Amino acid sequence: MITTALIVLPFAGALVLWILPWRTSTAAGGLALLVALGELALWVGTVVNFDFGISGLQYDAERTWFSDLGVSYKVGLYDFSLWLVGLTALVAVASIGYGMWAGRVRPGAYFGLLLFLTGATVGVFTAQDLLLFYVFFEAMLIPLYVLIGVWGGAGRTGATIKFIVYTMGGSLLMLVAIIAFGLDRGSFDMTELGTSDSTWIFLGFVIAFAVKAPLWPFHGWLPDAYREAPAEVSALLSGVVSKTAAYGLLRIVLPSFPEQVADWRTVVLVLASIGLVYGSLLAFRAPDVRGVIAYSSLAQMCLIVIGLFAFNDSGLNGALLQMVNHGLISASLFLLAGTVERRTATGDLHLLGGMARGRPVLATLFIVVGVVALAVPGSTAFAGEFLVLNGIFPVGWGWAVVGAAAMVLAAMYVLRLVSAVLHRDVGTMVPDAALDLRPGETSLVGMLVIALLALSFWPAGITNHVFGGQPQQAVTTRFSE
Amino acid sequence: METFVKPDIDWAALSPVLVLLGGAALTMLVPLFLPVGVRRGFSAFVAAAALIGAGVAAAILFAHDDSGRGIVADALRRDRLAELAQVILAGAGLLAIGVSYREPGRREGIGDYYTLLLSAVGGMCFFVSANSLMTLFLGLEWFSISLYIMCAIAVDRLGSLEAGLKYLIVGSFGSAILLFGSALVYGATGEIGFEAIERAAAGGDRFLLVTGLAMLLVGLAFKVSAAPFHMWTPDVYQGAPTPVTAFMSAATKVAGLVLTLRLLTTAFGSQEELWTLSLAVIACISLAWGNLAALVQTDVKRLLAYSSVSHAGFLLIPIAVGTPLGGRALLYYLMPYAAMNVGSFAIVAARERELARPVTLSDLSGMGWERPFHGIAMAIFMFGFIGLPPAGLFLGKFYAFSAAVERGWAWLAIVGVVATVVSIYYYLGVVRAMYVSPGELRLAPAGGSPPRDPALTTAVAASLAVTVGTFFAAGPLIDLARDGVEFLRFPF
Repeated sequence: MITTALIVLPFAGALVLWILPWRTSTAAGGLALLVALGELALWVGTVVNFDFGISGLQYDAERTWFSDLGVSYKVGLYDFSLWLVGLTALVAVASIGYGMWAGRVRPGAYFGLLLFLTGATVGVFTAQDLLLFYVFFEAMLIPLYVLIGVWGGAGRTGATIKFIVYTMGGSLLMLVAIIAFGLDRGSFDMTELGTSDSTWIFLGFVIAFAVKAPLWPFHGWLPDAYREAPAEVSALLSGVVSKTAAYGLLRIVLPSFPEQVADWRTVVLVLASIGLVYGSLLAFRAPDVRGVIAYSSLAQMCLIVIGLFAFNDSGLNGALLQMVNHGLISASLFLLAGTVERRTATGDLHLLGGMARGRPVLATLFIVVGVVALAVPGSTAFAGEFLVLNGIFPVGWGWAVVGAAAMVLAAMYVLRLVSAVLHRDVGTMVPDAALDLRPGETSLVGMLVIALLALSFWPAGITNHVFGGQPQQAVTTRFSE
Repeated sequence: METFVKPDIDWAALSPVLVLLGGAALTMLVPLFLPVGVRRGFSAFVAAAALIGAGVAAAILFAHDDSGRGIVADALRRDRLAELAQVILAGAGLLAIGVSYREPGRREGIGDYYTLLLSAVGGMCFFVSANSLMTLFLGLEWFSISLYIMCAIAVDRLGSLEAGLKYLIVGSFGSAILLFGSALVYGATGEIGFEAIERAAAGGDRFLLVTGLAMLLVGLAFKVSAAPFHMWTPDVYQGAPTPVTAFMSAATKVAGLVLTLRLLTTAFGSQEELWTLSLAVIACISLAWGNLAALVQTDVKRLLAYSSVSHAGFLLIPIAVGTPLGGRALLYYLMPYAAMNVGSFAIVAARERELARPVTLSDLSGMGWERPFHGIAMAIFMFGFIGLPPAGLFLGKFYAFSAAVERGWAWLAIVGVVATVVSIYYYLGVVRAMYVSPGELRLAPAGGSPPRDPALTTAVAASLAVTVGTFFAAGPLIDLARDGVEFLRFPF
């Protein structure tokens, strides 16, 4: 029931926003923010009552959808999906709040779509039926298409087409895989999937998630989409939507295809390693703020996949922690990029600089997020990356070397970004009159930063409360407890 | 010398057709005695009542019938497949009335339009229950001739006349091929009843049978505009008055495909090696041709016409596999598909009336914001045609692909998937034109808001409700589809 409420609440909010006429961005955004806060409160209530001792499904609900193929509306929460739902709710609050603060034209449609996206993402994290999972997975595309296509930057048309064709190409192959898998099992229930030894089905899933994440070399849509979208949409896209791919790997691929995972592990790890280094290098060379964040996002998703395919306690724990970390980090960075772009009308690093002077709040938040993003020891990102490297080391020390090298690269691109925006000479596009962060911006980004700092103090808050404490066993037994 | 024995006639089973014919008679004759001002309202009202009556009659028959049986000396078949198709056809006709109501044009002869509409639906209702090659051809010509005239009904518009003529010539060509095919099948088996053909087929002349079946399939492929027999589709869809296009794009597909399913399973069920693979090939060609050609269209009606060709491909997949799951998939797919087709052409019609010229993609720019309801409806139809939730077509495609995979033809599902990916570009092109493209709204020269059109808006709303409703209520609807195909003898 509560799970259904978590899914339905944003959708209901979206409907209300679409139907009622809205005169100001503040009114529509305010309602959307209230709904998002309600979602967050609902999630907090769920966490308080959640039983973290078991790795099985909780708060589940089921209703038959159509019986002849065994498809049902089945939703529920695992302990690890709970954290991803929380991430979604938190980033949604920040993004919607930011959109409201920034003001958007046609606010009813805009905030409704943001809520729709939120609901669909929560649906992906909670669906326990393959077809339902797919429905939510595809439903995320509609709001993203319209949000980027209508409210995006100058190159939005190309960006949206590329984004949609890439991701739907991947996910439609997954549809065939789902059909083949479900018909083979006689049911689409994800809690009773069992395993399959079909390489084709495995690849259908993996490619879909590789495009969505994205992994190298499926990232062609990423830089355009992240650059052209409004800042808060990029925040949701890279912070939350990309995590659905990692979630899919964790929830469907790892448990259901043990043989293929073992056979293809090297291939996936090679691709992920290339992506990690390649993304980091591109982030270091990117000419604009969004480009740096976008390519660092590619690198981080690859790191998460390395953790997942390490397929041991440490790797899985680290991957999950890093999913939450990266969600918070990239959402904060995109929102900060939005604030910078608002003040300077550009994201070009050559035209920026010197923004720290006289703008202490912006500088402080930017640097704090940056320092966490480069995984400075003591930060939660360090904990996550350490766990991932610790997990991958027994698989092969070479992978760990690549991962460690990437951490150095991360330091390079983050520091380059920080210095290009905040330090050096004052950029030509930075007007003296550009204000420091306003209270609204501060509180929204601050909220994400506080979450990051809290996790830095206590990363075990997540790692001790996932997979019932035994990640590898939980995945191997397909979370059936 | 044999004496003619009058067959028993099951009037109840014919009631949907009879109600429609009765309505057609009323709309043809009564308006002549009415003042011009009320003719349209009267005809539309009678037509709607007749369609509702036919739909209700078919629904009642559906509820009562269990297994099917032959009626009128086995010339027709009374079964749930026909009755379910009749309900869908009546629904499509009803939606078409809403779209047609305010179509500008001559008002004196308006009764004729509704007569033809009812006659076309009646012919289709007859056609889907055809159980012999003779009734098949009779029904086909019955609704086709009605459609030819409907296409040409805007006699003051050259495009409409051209469309009517083109459809007449190409359609007659298709009919002739079908008729010749029937003759060959008769020659091979000595029978025209579907079941009788099935019994006699094994011993018949192989060459005649194969050729005859091939020609039958070609004739039907003409009607459902499957490539490479679709050449008439874009021209006719573009030239015909938009409400007519709306109706025939939806209804002809329903009738043609349901009858194809019936013919192939009933008369050629044991000859499945002759048609399963060849239909799959036609499906692939339609998918490829329709989608690729749609990519470069700028006229919205032409774009939707090619989309219709590509959907003929999607819809042939479940027939080609020849399984019960395929049958269910076809019937379920047709429900949202028919509604979405009428709905999307209805919006084109509304835009056309507003601008008083054919609608191109650039004519849609800004429409999404200026006409919010039509914009959202069109966007949902377009997302739905792609196969995105929450449109029932998503589940339709899911079912069609499932049928292919279940049969072991995953390659066919993958062809469908690739075609879908290609189709994203042009369907989203419509959405992009409505919401994204810069540029001012291009109003009609007179400017201002278009006149209110509650009938059309109701039709769009109803289409939208069916489109989304079929998604959420998939369970019961698929049960209906299952009942519909339960007693067909699928080869697999």
